[in-house]
Amino acid sequence: MLDMVTIVDVVLLALLSTTAVAILLMRHLFAVVALTGAFSLLSAGLLVTLDAVDVAFTEAAVGAGISTVLMLGTLALTRRRESRPPRLSPIGLLVITITGGALIYATPDMPKFGDPNAPSHQHIIPSYIKGSQDEIGIPNIVTSILASYRSFDTLGEVAVIFTAGMGVIILLGRRREDEHGYSEDVAAYPLKEQNKPKINDETTT
Amino acid sequence: MLAAILDHYNYWLIIFLMMIGLYIVVSRGNLIKKIVGLNIFQTSVFLLYITIGKVNYGTAPILTGQPETFSNPLPHVLILTAIVVGIATTALGLALVVRIRESYGTIEDEEIAVSEQFQAESEVNQISS
Repeated sequence: MLDMVTIVDVVLLALLSTTAVAILLMRHLFAVVALTGAFSLLSAGLLVTLDAVDVAFTEAAVGAGISTVLMLGTLALTRRRESRPPRLSPIGLLVITITGGALIYATPDMPKFGDPNAPSHQHIIPSYIKGSQDEIGIPNIVTSILASYRSFDTLGEVAVIFTAGMGVIILLGRRREDEHGYSEDVAAYPLKEQNKPKINDETTT
Repeated sequence: MLAAILDHYNYWLIIFLMMIGLYIVVSRGNLIKKIVGLNIFQTSVFLLYITIGKVNYGTAPILTGQPETFSNPLPHVLILTAIVVGIATTALGLALVVRIRESYGTIEDEEIAVSEQFQAESEVNQISS
């Protein structure tokens, strides 16, 4: 029963749990971001053992790569340390106990891990696997579903990315000044020369 | 007993990961830490979906010409989409954090609340004076 894949699986999940707990307890944000990258890389390893090689690729590139870079960029623009020391949050504990308890209570109703007769493998998937070679002509079934059978999902995804990109540009793209000549980063850097209010020049002269 | 554990252990460990992510979001005040917590939660949900798609003795769903057992490719496709949407929302969240830092000079939720309170009070004083 205990084969090699199961052991690798359990070891990777244990490493993931350790990383997550370390992220929870760590206050230095640089270390937190580095551990987030490690978390993504470990989960990519776990995805390979679960046969999802395409997802593992994407997770390694996007989760461990791009998201780490974005977070490091944010750290450069903000600050490196969490000011509040970690403390126990009773409401948080209550929330995760109830949610986690409910989820674990529901797991016996889930299909067994790796069961080939699970309901999710019965409908439409057999026809995708059988028809993929003749209908689409790509050996990789994931690609043929993503780009052809379910291509409208992918179109929706592109719309979401476009919207998010627009949002980022609107938030960060330009710096406005209000009627007193204050630029908006006065609050963050009040001592910079160009941030001193222009209105003072008019009153003194 | 061992068989019962082997049937569902993956779900339990993934739920544990999810709850750590949720706890980080609820209990930590730093906004970057909250986004990291959301990321952990999100990755755990991905793992849950891929776990559902796993078939015993199956391989990655790539046709090689021989008759083989494949794992379910549909969750893989859904999660590929979800990963990319996830990075888009993370980027938007981080952009918001940068803007909050510019406006309030802090990224701790309690300090932001204090600053809001202070601003509201000074506005009230201005009106009454």
